[in-house]
Amino acid sequence: MKTKKILAKGIEAIALGALEAGCKCYFGYPITPQNEIPELMARELPKRGGVFLQAESELAAINMVLGACATGIRAMTSSSSPGISLMCEAFSYIAALELPAVVVNVMRGGPGLGGIEASQGDYFQAVKGSGHGDFHFMVLAPYNAQEAYEFTAKAFEFAEKYRNPVMILSDAILGQMKEPLVLKKLRIKKYNKNNWALTGAKNRPSRFIRSLFLSSQELKGKNLKLAKKYKKMEKDIIYESLVNDEDKVIVVAFGSIARIAKDACLNLRKKGYPVGFFRPITLFPFPVKPIQELIKNAKNSLKFVVPELNCGQMVEDVKLAVNGKASVIPLPYPPSVIPFPEELEKEIKKCLSSLSSRKA
Amino acid sequence: MPEFFKFPKSLKKTNFHYCPGCHHSIVHRLLCEVIDELNIQEKSVGIASIGCSCFLYFYIDVDILEAPHGRACAAATGVKRARPELVVFTYQGDGDFAAIGFNESFHSALRGEKITAIMINNTVYGMTGGQLSPTTLPGQKTTTTPEGRDPNLYGYPPKIAEIFAGLEGVAFSGRFAVNTPKRVLETKKALKKAFLAQINNLGFGYIEILSACPINWKLDPVSANKAVDKLTKVFPLGTFKDEVEKFLSGDKS
Repeated sequence: MKTKKILAKGIEAIALGALEAGCKCYFGYPITPQNEIPELMARELPKRGGVFLQAESELAAINMVLGACATGIRAMTSSSSPGISLMCEAFSYIAALELPAVVVNVMRGGPGLGGIEASQGDYFQAVKGSGHGDFHFMVLAPYNAQEAYEFTAKAFEFAEKYRNPVMILSDAILGQMKEPLVLKKLRIKKYNKNNWALTGAKNRPSRFIRSLFLSSQELKGKNLKLAKKYKKMEKDIIYESLVNDEDKVIVVAFGSIARIAKDACLNLRKKGYPVGFFRPITLFPFPVKPIQELIKNAKNSLKFVVPELNCGQMVEDVKLAVNGKASVIPLPYPPSVIPFPEELEKEIKKCLSSLSSRKA
Repeated sequence: MPEFFKFPKSLKKTNFHYCPGCHHSIVHRLLCEVIDELNIQEKSVGIASIGCSCFLYFYIDVDILEAPHGRACAAATGVKRARPELVVFTYQGDGDFAAIGFNESFHSALRGEKITAIMINNTVYGMTGGQLSPTTLPGQKTTTTPEGRDPNLYGYPPKIAEIFAGLEGVAFSGRFAVNTPKRVLETKKALKKAFLAQINNLGFGYIEILSACPINWKLDPVSANKAVDKLTKVFPLGTFKDEVEKFLSGDKS
């Protein structure tokens, strides 16, 4: 593939990233604001010998992904918040069956039918509560079209590496905004699937993939195995850190609001304020150690400010990472109230000058 | 000396966990005989569902995937679309297929997925202790209809085999039973056709098998076996659609 620059929506970048990674099957159901993904896949996948199928529901779509992934084929689905909720049952099974599925959530406002504005209201669902039982997605949060392209491709590698579902957590702003995208060849590693995929028991004994373990010892073993895997994922933690040891305030943000927050931080820095910027890209596993390193290296006592497009979700993970060694201030912006960088600058300055937090 | 009876190659040599008088074990054996006769053991993927038969993988010696409750046909669709060279079948109960999974079952049939769906209809939720299922007969007592199924409250049982026979995407649809030797032989023949439907790329193959559940019917195995005859009044036996026969006899229309 020749490198070329195009203008693309964030969700088109996601679809192009999946194609670059050699995704062979897409199953999905329409929902705004992510319809360009299935539409692009419907055009492109059959040309490349792949399969596009619009399912009768999100329930069916994700279970088709489950079936396709069990045969060792790269498969994905995408949806937006209410559709993702419908898929949660199968997420739990996919994690239990240890299948390498890739799932994209282009978040919209909730709860319920909510709205189609940008929101980050599904943070908890993505990193903690995407189904029953003790399991986790690996969650990647791009913040522009370029990252959407590259991390979606990378998601297929991580999914196979850990045999675990990987979620791309995007939102309506990132998804619908058009921006430059450099399409380039990406090195996406492939993992051997011959030792587990269901392809027919030819020249080998038959095998099965199951999630039912009635023996308590077996079930305990399964849970511990998964827990060990999640621990191992910490090696692949990704984040962006623009922090100096002299900083007094560190703004922690992910996804679309991280772009606004980064602007605000860089503006304040230019004016001489001791403000740093930290962006988790893997939301699970959360960059706990990098945050603890920031505190260790800081010359001043630190304040962490956490703007989010929700009523305060990731702030809880920041608090857990900080573990009482610095103050943590939430800056909640519920769906459809997107702040300008200037507004954020004001809020950050308030945090610099006072000990108290903004009243939410 | 000619061999008349042998242990099927694709049946694992494991003791069944099924209750005495349950018909799952008969259908398991028939399924394995059909897999052997069609010589598809090496390219089959089965989808186990939720219910008494979720341990399908302990008995049938082919690759098997366990699907969430009701989603077997969707998972089978994923397997088949990803690798069309495989022979894919689901093995589901009436609750799994016709209640929680009706939408997935129905739409797979509508799309004419080249898969085979085997539905074991015993009119109750067997594994959870005999609760009302969509196929429970009017008046039949279950643990959640202690006074019997009242059609005013719960309506009537769906005749899936007849409904599916009306769908263009379905190549074979029929209802059978295994409570007499003759019926066992007929079921095997039909089961084979339900597989030939996908092998010949004709469409969705559906077979419904009336089955005894002595424990939850609160009958001894022999009485339960006889009671299957009563089911046939509501669920008539027979083939309701057969494109396979037409295809095999050379009818190209």
